Amino acid sequence: MQPVRYHVLHETRYDYGSPVSLSQQQLHLSPRVLPWQLVEEQRIDIAPAPTWRRDGADAFGNPVSWIAFHAPHETLRIRSLMNVAVLPHRPADLAASPAWEAVRERLAYDASAPDADDLDATRFLFESPHVRIKHELADYAADCFPPGRPVLLGAQALMARIFREFKFDPEATTVSTPVLEVLEKKRGVCQDFAHLMIACLRSLGLAARYVSGYLLTRPPPGKPRLIGADASHAWVAVYAPGTADGWVDFDPTNNLLPDTEHITVAIGRDFSDISPLRGTILGGGGAEPEVAVTVVPVDEEELPEGLLADPLEEA
Amino acid sequence: MARTLLAIYPQSTRRYDEMLKAGGEVRPHWQQFFDHLDAASPEEMRERIEFVDRRIQENGVTYNVYADPNGADRPWALDPLPLIIPPDEWAAVSAAVAQRARLFDAMLADLYGEQRLLAEGLLPPALIYGQHGYLWPCRGVKPPGGVWLHHFAVDLARSPDGRWWVIADRTQAPSGAGYALENRLVISRVFPEMFRDLHVQHLADFFRDQLDGLAALAPVEGDEAPHIVLLTPGPYNETYFEHAYLARYLGFPLVEGQDLTVRGDTVYLKTLRGLKRVHVILRRQDDDYCDPLELRGDSALGIPGLLNVARAGRVVIANALGSGLLGSGAIMGFLPAICERLLGEPLAMPSVATWWCGEKPALDYVREHFDDLVIKPAYPTQRLDPVFGAELEGAEREELLARIAARPHAYVAQEMINLAQAPTWSRAHERRLIARPVGLRAYAVVNADGGYSVMPGGLARVATGASTRIISMQRGGASKDTWVLTDGPVSEFTLLKPSIGVRDLVRGGANLTSRVVENLFWLGRYAERFDDSARMLRVALSRLVEAGGQKTPAVASAIELAERLDIVPVPEEDELDLKGDGEHALLEAIYDPAQPGSLAGSIRSLMWSATHVRERLSLDHWHSLNRLQREQAAAQKKHPSMTEAIAFLDRVLGIASSLNGFAMDNMTRDDGWRFLIVGRRLERLAFLARAISHFLRMDSARGPGCLEWLLELADSIITYRSRYSRLPELLPVVDLLVFDDSNPHGVMFQAGVLGNYLERMARDLGAERGEHLQAATAALRAFPLERFENLPFVECRRGSACDDLASRLDDLVAAAGELSDWLGMRYFTHVGDISRQTMAL
Repeated sequence: MQPVRYHVLHETRYDYGSPVSLSQQQLHLSPRVLPWQLVEEQRIDIAPAPTWRRDGADAFGNPVSWIAFHAPHETLRIRSLMNVAVLPHRPADLAASPAWEAVRERLAYDASAPDADDLDATRFLFESPHVRIKHELADYAADCFPPGRPVLLGAQALMARIFREFKFDPEATTVSTPVLEVLEKKRGVCQDFAHLMIACLRSLGLAARYVSGYLLTRPPPGKPRLIGADASHAWVAVYAPGTADGWVDFDPTNNLLPDTEHITVAIGRDFSDISPLRGTILGGGGAEPEVAVTVVPVDEEELPEGLLADPLEEA
Repeated sequence: MARTLLAIYPQSTRRYDEMLKAGGEVRPHWQQFFDHLDAASPEEMRERIEFVDRRIQENGVTYNVYADPNGADRPWALDPLPLIIPPDEWAAVSAAVAQRARLFDAMLADLYGEQRLLAEGLLPPALIYGQHGYLWPCRGVKPPGGVWLHHFAVDLARSPDGRWWVIADRTQAPSGAGYALENRLVISRVFPEMFRDLHVQHLADFFRDQLDGLAALAPVEGDEAPHIVLLTPGPYNETYFEHAYLARYLGFPLVEGQDLTVRGDTVYLKTLRGLKRVHVILRRQDDDYCDPLELRGDSALGIPGLLNVARAGRVVIANALGSGLLGSGAIMGFLPAICERLLGEPLAMPSVATWWCGEKPALDYVREHFDDLVIKPAYPTQRLDPVFGAELEGAEREELLARIAARPHAYVAQEMINLAQAPTWSRAHERRLIARPVGLRAYAVVNADGGYSVMPGGLARVATGASTRIISMQRGGASKDTWVLTDGPVSEFTLLKPSIGVRDLVRGGANLTSRVVENLFWLGRYAERFDDSARMLRVALSRLVEAGGQKTPAVASAIELAERLDIVPVPEEDELDLKGDGEHALLEAIYDPAQPGSLAGSIRSLMWSATHVRERLSLDHWHSLNRLQREQAAAQKKHPSMTEAIAFLDRVLGIASSLNGFAMDNMTRDDGWRFLIVGRRLERLAFLARAISHFLRMDSARGPGCLEWLLELADSIITYRSRYSRLPELLPVVDLLVFDDSNPHGVMFQAGVLGNYLERMARDLGAERGEHLQAATAALRAFPLERFENLPFVECRRGSACDDLASRLDDLVAAAGELSDWLGMRYFTHVGDISRQTMAL
């Protein structure tokens, strides 16, 4: 199996309008290493230079950086650059997974010592800030999970249903739109679909986690790749004991099983655990960031001109 | 001899009675106290009750009640009779409470660390991962000394057989220890002989242990003294009184989140004299509100970055962030096995029988025995009052059962305990003991040896009615002092200093936090702003009334100035003709708090900043502020006429001048006071300079009667008349209002006074500033007044002396604004500004 190699640039820019005197930020921008993902090179450039920085791992094993600025500044630019290699990992046969009720039973508490992988999966079994457990959600997913159906076939059916019935609409929701409202409106973006699918699965008693990362896009035929034309992406991983990795990715926004075109950055219960850049500032005016992502498959294409130029210098 | 109190005391067969044995005989440890009580005359008892009430009132002991529509602080309710507990019985209770504290501490360390309890199946993951109280970012944090739980409380109840049971655990930020202390200080004086003769254990040792325990854990460097602060969510919290009380008693600064700031991996207190490192935060704020960077992002109370300081082990947060997790009643059933596993000993005191509905057999039991159970939320973060199964009927019952079925893991059911009853003095009768259900909250703190000390006593609470099932201060219950008797000697240690020596003397200004100073600064500014707006509105309204509603030049110019000063909104184009007389706009500018710049809005801002420095204001000062708010609230309800509005403005201006008087006469002249006065002067300087500058440039001001009202606006008409006894003219008016530095309502006077204070501050606080203000003042002073000689106002047009003077006044306004910003940057570091959350995808 040949890995597919990528160069990714994820750039965030804040123009605060007026000086920010104190700022602290938490960064989930460094990709995590996975059995199917190698991180060959990775670096985060920040301007102005932070007064303080600490790198570590969060409670879910994702790389995280905390930075602080103690001097007034009006702009903030953060460029995360990485070279990663992704191996194919899509399971060959979804039907080979256990029945969904069997998975549910394994995850339920019975006063005995649980299997380590099952216990690990229970971290992704309950409510979290963006994920509710509601009978409406279980009802919505019920048709996809008839008795005895293998859990991954059920998840695939649910993914397909969401893809079919929901419309991609960046205007319809915000970061804080509740999942039940998304269910009602039948509109949203990748985050919403991921949260909805997770909520449905957890409402059935299954474990599901939120994955943030990037997706390879193809420029229109004959057109060059534009810098910053991509965006960060989110999808879902479903717990399926007995499969190679224990977890299988599903992308409800595109109705496909991620393989070598999805680059994983972080894994959490939902968006709130792993938002790419979360911070608090004192001062500043409007604080809407500009975000630009560029994903280049380096074995197929040259890097677009200017991608590696360091605009932090000129800023 | 009057009839014995026992004659009408209600005995119970269903409850344990604290005072009487089953046969109706007084228990031995109660006998002496009962005899004392029985021998007391109604007058004596009345005096005792009055003493209690007076002390509560004088000490300002209050409990804020959210549900109270008036938002009023309710006086603390205290029954004079103590709950008395004999030595042997207490020894067992105390050991059990200390064990439980050790157990919970070990559980927190495990659940935020290795998680053996989950791996071995001793706790269901749902009770940990399934609740919001499990703070994921705290996983892996290692608090200094390995201590997670620094203070702990348990609610205890006694069953009819006399056994004690735990009905609830408090691991977040347990409240009530301060109220218990206050109760003790009052009741020990009500029955001084009894208190002495019965050998009641004192409470001071417990608080000293707490202090020593926190100090021993403080991650100090070198010979630093441990700096411990008490973190409160602020004056709106229901137990704020207790926060302030304990902070004073323990000698810790009382701080709010905005008082603290994180730089790198250190947390500091922002004081007027700079940042001061904090080693220990005794927190009375819920953990998920403590760090908006990693916990609740919507928290305005938090300290961004605090969790990173905890990760670095550079601060003790007591209790550690994440501790609220174990307040869940659902874990009770799992405790016996966990205690064996973690401590290797049996659990000493049982918890009330509890069924967590997340287990199928438990759920079935709950369904079958619904009438005998109390249903409670499984997680402390859920908002649900306990529900008694037997009290629910029909649809309500079905609905709750359905909710439980849908989310069984979110509910627990507890056996109902018939609480013990204790004798309580009836306030409705001349001489009568009544029986009331009683519960006890007991407290434990980590001590300097790493063990737990249990308060000998606690907060006893009695229900309002004889059969009430829930005891809660929120629901109007009362409290009791708890007397734990000892066979040994009574420790005489006290944290209250018997008398104050020269070393203990405190002079003004020590340790003022930036937030307090900033609030005083804004109190000064808002008080003056309110005064200025009221004066401006009175000028305009009086002119309008005098002119009989006609828009004379004086009326038009006064309204134009009020508009230019943003006190009255500028009418929209198409409104101009409709409401040409300005009456409506003026009245709205007085009464409508939603109107930007309105007087009502200024009163609100004034009250807001006053609330935050309430402990620094005299009672009279506070009463005047309350009167102001009442006046405003009363006026807002009706539709006042213009004459009524003028009378209202007269009254509030009277209050304004008394507020000013209190500030001058009654407040300690420390750094904080100086900031209040600087705020006031700065605001007045800016107002006068802006007003006069606009006035000089306004065409409408050239009409008859305008210079008069300008004098009135600056409160200088009497001075003018006594000096010139003629109609106002431009030159003398300008001289009096701008240049005469003996006029306390003149521009130069403000600039001079402000300069003096800034100089004093530069000397004391070591920062020179205000040169722009000085330069602008000097430029103004240099203005050649002769240019106004023989110059009637009507001829003073663009490019003339009027324009030049106005420009110099504008420079002064700009310098004042810059100074205000700079004071904020230098001394407050934007504490008034609340951190905002940002998020990028």
